[in-house]
Amino acid sequence: MRRILSVLLENESGALSRVVGLFSQRGYNIESLNVAPTDDHSLSRLTVTTTGDDLKIEQITKHLNKIVDVVKVVDLTEGAHVERDTLLVKVRAVDAQRDEVKRTVEIFRGQIIDVGPMTYIVQLTGPSEKLDSFLQALGETEVLEVVRSGVAGMARGEKVLSP
Amino acid sequence: MEMLSGGEMIVRALEDEGVEYIFGYPGGAALHIYDALFKAEKVPHILVRHEQAATHAADGYARATGKPGVALVTSGPGATNAITGIATAYMDSIPLVVISGQVQSHLIGEDAFQETDMIGISRPIVKHSFLVQKPEDIPSTIKKAFFIASTGRPGPVVVDIPKDLTAPEHKFPYEYPETVSLRSYQPSDKGHSGQIRKAARMLLGAKRPIIYAGGGVIQGEGCAQLTALARRLNYPVTNTLMGLGAYPGSDRQFVGMLGMHGFYEANMAMHHSDVILAVGARFDDRVTNTVSKFCPGAKIIHIDIDPASIAKIVPVDIPIVGPVATILAELDKQVTLQMESAERALPDADSLEKWWQQIDSWREAHGLWHGRHYGESASIMPQDAIRALYEATHGEAYVTSDVGQHQMFAAQYYKFDYPRRWINSGGLGTMGFGLPAAMGIKIALPDADVACVTGEGSIQMNIQELSTCSQYGCPVKIINLRNDYLGMVKQWQDMQYEGRYSESHYAASLPDFVKLAEAYGHVGMEVKNQSDLLPAMKEAFALKDKLVFMDIHIDPDEHVYPMMVAPNGAMKDMWLSKTERT
Ligand SMILES: Cc1ncc(C[n+]2csc(CCOP(=O)(O)OP(=O)(O)O)c2C)c(N)n1
Repeated sequence: MRRILSVLLENESGALSRVVGLFSQRGYNIESLNVAPTDDHSLSRLTVTTTGDDLKIEQITKHLNKIVDVVKVVDLTEGAHVERDTLLVKVRAVDAQRDEVKRTVEIFRGQIIDVGPMTYIVQLTGPSEKLDSFLQALGETEVLEVVRSGVAGMARGEKVLSP
Repeated sequence: MEMLSGGEMIVRALEDEGVEYIFGYPGGAALHIYDALFKAEKVPHILVRHEQAATHAADGYARATGKPGVALVTSGPGATNAITGIATAYMDSIPLVVISGQVQSHLIGEDAFQETDMIGISRPIVKHSFLVQKPEDIPSTIKKAFFIASTGRPGPVVVDIPKDLTAPEHKFPYEYPETVSLRSYQPSDKGHSGQIRKAARMLLGAKRPIIYAGGGVIQGEGCAQLTALARRLNYPVTNTLMGLGAYPGSDRQFVGMLGMHGFYEANMAMHHSDVILAVGARFDDRVTNTVSKFCPGAKIIHIDIDPASIAKIVPVDIPIVGPVATILAELDKQVTLQMESAERALPDADSLEKWWQQIDSWREAHGLWHGRHYGESASIMPQDAIRALYEATHGEAYVTSDVGQHQMFAAQYYKFDYPRRWINSGGLGTMGFGLPAAMGIKIALPDADVACVTGEGSIQMNIQELSTCSQYGCPVKIINLRNDYLGMVKQWQDMQYEGRYSESHYAASLPDFVKLAEAYGHVGMEVKNQSDLLPAMKEAFALKDKLVFMDIHIDPDEHVYPMMVAPNGAMKDMWLSKTERT
């Protein structure tokens, strides 16, 4: 099962490598990883998507909590939450393809953020599945390059992840 | 406020932390620190002959005294040499603070001379590590390092300090913090009382109970509480390899060590139990054998300071996270309360009586000496050598060991009645651990008898420390159980590879250990006859001020038994001798 773990981490040198190291060392899988400082610059917030049954996720959570730099860990997928991933995709856009791509982008409520003579860069934000569907919907269009931010997430409502 | 250089701050912080000994080895990146050490003349420094030995000696010190051990090494090769010792301490949860010099800050990342990414290299084998960024951070970093190393589930902490931060010409205000608080690190200080009540009920309802106690009971200073609880209940107790001494080894309720080379009765009792109280133990693969066949009828209560150890391998019915000493005391209270308020006597006396009869019959059938050709063999039996050691030291010695058959014989045949006396690398299984560890202990406890049980393979992995022992006067006794083979390797080759001894024989290349010991200024003894064994052992321990290297020639064909059958065996599946199995 796919899980989204949100981690508050001391913004210290080496802290991120401890988290990443834990996953590789213990053979846990990282599907995506997103990390940046929060409004409090002494803290970073990480979102890790991974897969595993309850037991495995429990182990991952426990081991994350053991890392001295880790302040808090929650499994967002345990409750109602929102998740967003951002996709930038550069496609070949010539002749009829230019309109074709534009239409698809509109359907998915994406934006074309760079227009070259032969290419577009499309930006799309949403849950990972939506981005996957968009890439599929591009169909014949030649995809030149893809970059994704990785999932960032938050619990809905009153729940707050703070130190 | 007092003004000190970075190097001086390190030394002062160690003094203020109450450090008794530093085990180390100098080199370029650590020289400012060494100069400060020289001038301070306070904390004695033990100059080892290899950085691996510095970490093992600090580790032995920590295991025997319960205080964090300290090692100091230089960058690059000094740091990498320390790695095996750090990993050894990590696997057995031993509190260590390892200070490593690093190249100057502005050279980091440039492949400078003797640069190694110590933080990166040690990352998977430390509890935590610090790369110090500014000299002003030194006191608080060292305070944090000791705090993290010695609290919660203990472990090694590395403090990597670039050379420029320790330069003598730059002085900074020094103050050693009295306390630390880290928002991201707050080890739990007591167990959940509801869980403890439930555990008491489950324990008292047991018909075939067993208490399975590991190294965590020793690390967590919970031995007295464990013993009180076990005695109140009259339940059998088994200790892991790391837990030997947590419950008195010569006590009637002690059913011996469990696991791969555990006692028959201990493994049988585990397998057939209905309630297991696991304390400070981690269901290691050398204990459980095939996990799916582990103790099929048992409900499990698991007490541990580390939540990640609970339900890691085996599902647990009642997990209790927290310090073992407090929890065991609380559990004992709950058990007493529930015994007093119960309508019928608890635990059920008939079932317990039957269970003990069963255990005693296992003991009689295949106790430790089962199948040994004791007395028949011309050569000395390794088991006998350990029994002689036990007798000569009245069961009071600190016994370190290396890794191999000798380690298992020592664990089986020396009855440890006290915690912190059996010092071995159980988790990592590091050959070369024994001598430096013994050295660290003897330095801390000069009046104690300290023995290092070893084999010719292991002792040669850190034999250079015989020189350190001369320099600091460490009259440890080395009990070399010599079989001319890498014995444990040979045993596996006998059992699984039809006796093909691939690279496990020394082919007459071993040094004359007596002369070797003498070359370092020690005493060497060669023992070849059974009848000389005990007298020689007594003579060695009578030489209080001398390191004695006892080269004891043992039967090279002896195997360690019992041995759990693998793969696919349960705990009850054991080889009892070369020809018999359960
Ligand atoms: C550093 C290291 N290398 C290899 C091993 C694998 N190993 C385990 S036991 C053993 C043989 C040990 O031989 P010896 O020290 O002579 O003891 P004996 O088994 O003969 O008592 C070996 C090679 C190890 N545990 N540690």
